[in-house]
Amino acid sequence: MPRFSAENTILAKEIIGRYPLPKSALIPLLHLAQEQDGWVSDEAMTHIAELVGVTPAEVIGTCTFYEMFKREPVGEYLINVCTNISCMLLGGEELLHHLEERLGIRPGSTTSDGMFTLEDVECIAACTEAPCLTVNYRYFHKISHDEADTLLDDLKAGRRSHEVPKHGTLGRVRQQIPADKRAGAAVPGECETPVWLSKAAPEGADA
Amino acid sequence: MTDTTDTTPATPKPDVPKMITGRFEYADSHTLARYQATHGYDGLRKALAMGPEAVSNEVKAASLLGRGGAGFPAGVKWGFCPPDVWPRYLVVNGDESEPGTYKDRLLMERDPHQLIEGVLLCAYAVGCAQAFLYVRGEMAHAQERIAQALNEAYAAGLVGKNILGSNFSCDVILHWGAGAYIVGEETALIESLEGNRGMPRLKPPYFPAAKGLYMQPTIVNNVETLANLPWIVRNGADAYTAYGAENSRGTRMFAVSGHVKKPGVYEVEFGTTTFRDLIYGHCGGIRGSNSLKAFIPGGASAPWFYDEHLDLPLEKAAVDNAGSMLGSGAIVVMDDTTDAVKAAWRVVRFFARESCGKCTPCREGTNWLEKILRRMLDGHGRPEDMALLLDLCDNISPAIAWPPKQTTICPLGPSAVSPIASAIVRFQDEFVAYCGGGEIPTSVQITGAAYVPPEGASAGV
Repeated sequence: MPRFSAENTILAKEIIGRYPLPKSALIPLLHLAQEQDGWVSDEAMTHIAELVGVTPAEVIGTCTFYEMFKREPVGEYLINVCTNISCMLLGGEELLHHLEERLGIRPGSTTSDGMFTLEDVECIAACTEAPCLTVNYRYFHKISHDEADTLLDDLKAGRRSHEVPKHGTLGRVRQQIPADKRAGAAVPGECETPVWLSKAAPEGADA
Repeated sequence: MTDTTDTTPATPKPDVPKMITGRFEYADSHTLARYQATHGYDGLRKALAMGPEAVSNEVKAASLLGRGGAGFPAGVKWGFCPPDVWPRYLVVNGDESEPGTYKDRLLMERDPHQLIEGVLLCAYAVGCAQAFLYVRGEMAHAQERIAQALNEAYAAGLVGKNILGSNFSCDVILHWGAGAYIVGEETALIESLEGNRGMPRLKPPYFPAAKGLYMQPTIVNNVETLANLPWIVRNGADAYTAYGAENSRGTRMFAVSGHVKKPGVYEVEFGTTTFRDLIYGHCGGIRGSNSLKAFIPGGASAPWFYDEHLDLPLEKAAVDNAGSMLGSGAIVVMDDTTDAVKAAWRVVRFFARESCGKCTPCREGTNWLEKILRRMLDGHGRPEDMALLLDLCDNISPAIAWPPKQTTICPLGPSAVSPIASAIVRFQDEFVAYCGGGEIPTSVQITGAAYVPPEGASAGV
């Protein structure tokens, strides 16, 4: 059952506590579900709804707006090829077609061995490095067809696992807020003028 | 294959400092150790001694223009917060996704502490009790670097409760999106941060500074805008305004991509550097022995520029008056091998895919535009297609003028009109060829400096 594990449930509650209103944690929790399972299941969304205090329909409503959330399993490696203007001018479409032929699939589908999902995506902010692609959101710049072939072989053989984590894992470092350093969430209706504004002279500045 | 971006200008002006990319040359530029060894957090220390009002005044005096696209002065934006409504929030727009734009990702990956210091300076000056750093979902490396930097900064007492022993307290929360260009629009960004579908809000209220996150006063600033603050506070507004032109101060990052010899991200003096300096100087000119056909001066939403615009300075007013915009500092260069109809189609396809669906003219219109252009490219263009394209454009952006009018809540729909209007006026022969003859219909006027055809050409408008 892909609800959150006990460990992730604790983490989810901590994330919710960072926000002034719990619903703001929806997208981070959908990412957490995708990190745990590789995709976002209906059960995970029901669990998120319980934790956040909204209806499952509201979670589904948010989830379906964003293209990174996959509501069914995808390949182990999600390959996103940019074909937007800067990449198109320098061979982005040709790179996509090369990968289509090499993998034997069209964009939006997964190889039969469950290894690769191919997507034709919009600008990924690496325009001066065209043509480019990402694998599980890790960037590969100025990539030739030969380099793309090598990359596929490496991924298949598990030689890139140090730089390309499994699908669903984004930042591998989590933000930690130590309890003694935490300023706390600023909840509407519970805040007054910030002390550093209300006092005329700044005090204790480590200047 | 990664991290090969060339940020070294080919012809550096020695007297213009690299205000925001100065640390990029260090391999450990993302660490607290390197940041502190290179004036890191000096601006914050100075600010805490100056007091919030003085910091605000300094930023206002620096006339720092927002670097996200609209170019609104940051200090003025801060001033829109209604007095005595608390809490106030700061939301950092790190959802960089305008086609051609590549600068905020670099700033987040390579110098995250500079951004965090900028966030703290803004929060301190405005009185924000909490800050949210909204990073684009696809930028996993940037999220990692910022998480690492925030963890270091919290441990060092630079973020959170009683920052540096002062009475200033502010949590900075790393948050990330999940793939939606429209979330770059500030009210959509706020909706997304509230956990909703990222659709722009109906205006008024016009400014999130009045009613933003949870309907509280909220400052939404772009990553590059905030990255400028440490330098400004450390060196003062006078030092900052010594660089740039009258209405465009300091330096600015420009990503030049497409058919140039040396594509790259360059930090140059704002307002004085010209498009020619960038394209033919820093970038070494057009690839091979090809010539320039057109360039997009400020991201996919901007009307195209041509040869005659090369000597314009990278200055907001100059570019606005010439009929386009500097937008997000994204210059896309197309040489004479480029098919104008295909380029227009690809940009329009982007807007069609990214339309959030809230407003009918955009949801339906951008998709119609995309389909008609695709049909033309596939060899099934009809003589009436140009009239149909312009009629649709007119429905999304009445009168096809620049600056654009809109029948939609946000500017995404009108953005899809710019590439079509640009390409039709300038490269009418290509459209005619794809449409099997025909002329631009005179029933629809295309107006504004951006769409003035070159002398001697018969554009029929």
